[in-house]
Amino acid sequence: MKRSWNWSIWVGFLFVLAGFLSYTFFVQFPVTRDFPWANFLLLGIGGILLAIGVERAFAKAEAYRGKIFGPILALLGLFVIAFFSYIVFYELKQLPPSTGAPRIGQKAPEFTLPDQNGKPIALADLISSHGAVLIFYRGFW
Amino acid sequence: MVAISVDPPEINKRQSQKLGFGYALLSDVKAGVIRRYDLLHPGGGPKGANIARPAEFLIDSTGTVRWMNLTENIGVRARPEEVLNAFDKTNHASRD
Repeated sequence: MKRSWNWSIWVGFLFVLAGFLSYTFFVQFPVTRDFPWANFLLLGIGGILLAIGVERAFAKAEAYRGKIFGPILALLGLFVIAFFSYIVFYELKQLPPSTGAPRIGQKAPEFTLPDQNGKPIALADLISSHGAVLIFYRGFW
Repeated sequence: MVAISVDPPEINKRQSQKLGFGYALLSDVKAGVIRRYDLLHPGGGPKGANIARPAEFLIDSTGTVRWMNLTENIGVRARPEEVLNAFDKTNHASRD
């Protein structure tokens, strides 16, 4: 009996890669950013397909190929899923405590910084009429 | 509304044109202001660069902080509605 291409292994691995690499895409939308469920969905589907593929390669070895590629890709896939989970659940939460940041009721430290045209902007001028919202962000656009 | 980061004015200009922002992007290249607000994330940026951790402050016209938000997770930001609600509440309070 001719052995078939074990598509479940390859498609599964592709799903895992897609789940990992699409992080910067899904992160643009708040609904998929706060908890990256879309990525975990892709990773989950990929993991399940890889498991099915490996099971087929061994339990139905007369019908399916993949005794070598199956375990290799499954292990790689598992590593990618573990790495992604580590980043999301641990790394992204490693932020400094910022206990010295101005609290509600305190005065905001004065400053003067250049805007995108190089013009110096002072906090005192920004807040003069209605107050202002300061958004500190990571940068490196 | 102003946004502050360690990006220099050239990058801010390019981004603000590309994204069509109406508000000012301020450059705190040496992170002096970021440090004064205790928002420094040492080595948190690409290649170990010092950057700000995400945070938002609502300052009223007397210079007092009325609302602030420190994100606990780099992936999460204050939603625009939260910021606008805080802004609204402060304006109504100061009119009374």
